[in-house]
Amino acid sequence: MSLFTYILLGFLIVCAVSVTFSKKLLNSILIFMSYSLVMSIVWMVLESPDLAITEAAVGAGVTSVLFFVTLKKIQAMVGDQHEK
Amino acid sequence: MKRKNNAFFRWFYGETDTMLGKVEIRPQREEAFKEEDPGELLADHQTLRERIYEGKEDGKFWFFDRIYRVAALFFCLALIFILLVNVSWLPPSGEASNPANNEVPVRYIESGLQETGAVNIVTGMILDYRAFDTFGESNVLFIATVTVLILMRLDPEKKARVRKGIPVYKKPEDELTVAQAQANDRLYEPKNDVILQRVAGFLVPVIVIFGVYVILNGHLSPGGGFSGGAIIGAGLILYLNAFGFEKTERFFTEKTYKWVCFAALTFYCLAKSYSFFTGANHLESGIPLGTPGAILSSGLILPLNICVGLVVACTMYAFYALFRKGGF
Repeated sequence: MSLFTYILLGFLIVCAVSVTFSKKLLNSILIFMSYSLVMSIVWMVLESPDLAITEAAVGAGVTSVLFFVTLKKIQAMVGDQHEK
Repeated sequence: MKRKNNAFFRWFYGETDTMLGKVEIRPQREEAFKEEDPGELLADHQTLRERIYEGKEDGKFWFFDRIYRVAALFFCLALIFILLVNVSWLPPSGEASNPANNEVPVRYIESGLQETGAVNIVTGMILDYRAFDTFGESNVLFIATVTVLILMRLDPEKKARVRKGIPVYKKPEDELTVAQAQANDRLYEPKNDVILQRVAGFLVPVIVIFGVYVILNGHLSPGGGFSGGAIIGAGLILYLNAFGFEKTERFFTEKTYKWVCFAALTFYCLAKSYSFFTGANHLESGIPLGTPGAILSSGLILPLNICVGLVVACTMYAFYALFRKGGF
């Protein structure tokens, strides 16, 4: 494994830890999204492009959009605007 | 087709209810709305807070409080330790002596191209050797949509009120505040954002064409029905966000979803059952494999890819539409 892969794997761990420790739900979703993107690059490095495409489309795309809609539905995004 | 007017068809089209009059049905009572003194409510709240949250300090609950915190930390660390130990026992990836390197992948790699006709071995595996796994996945997606439909659907009466712009709530004290109503997408749609509409106008055709490409070339290059369908679904969601439900309802309604999913899943099941039946009994299936590398090759894989892609794209769109509007 090259240095590039180690950097990516380290980024994955940092993302996974910071998802749980971030206070705002919106930030958690964005970090989760970047986790999926980096994961798809890792799949590419591990020579499985099929999984990489699926991870990018489902993990980074559709899942995060559904999370956003859920946040809007439970009105968790409104609270942030009032604080400003 | 002229439909017959017997009891089954009347039940099927929802005209009669066979249970009506034969089962004891108790009407639900409306809960009486009780006027409560705000001061009393506040006092109750205060007592609850004092009793539950700040009562720990008077010595009764401090023991459990500490124990719970220590136990939570302990269990977390134990779980991390167990998982790490398990991972350390896994064989290193890419080793020749790994237990996964038995006769199955050898067969797939060596004779996959002759037996399935697919240049992409992964697609040959998931849509030919292991096609029923993929069928199960498509069914799981369909069942998940049905579950979301049960949870999030608005009934037709409410839907009509939403379309006319009347709030859904019956009692005046349940009416939304202005901020809540503006946050509610069911009432104010679309927002007609110019930037979003322009960008979507460029991007949506490209995204959908790329998804179609990924599906149609599933047996030649990386990708396939699932990923291509997810890409098309994401494109549809972007289009919906930019232009609103009125535009998408011209080509995608609940009926479209129902029939596309039904036709795709049934075709998948029948085609693959036929192929497995003939294959297991060493019969001639009559499905040409074609020349490997051409678009029209590899037998059933291309139509099955299209079926999976249709189901996945419709499901992704349906999830989003159900979450946003409670219908299609």
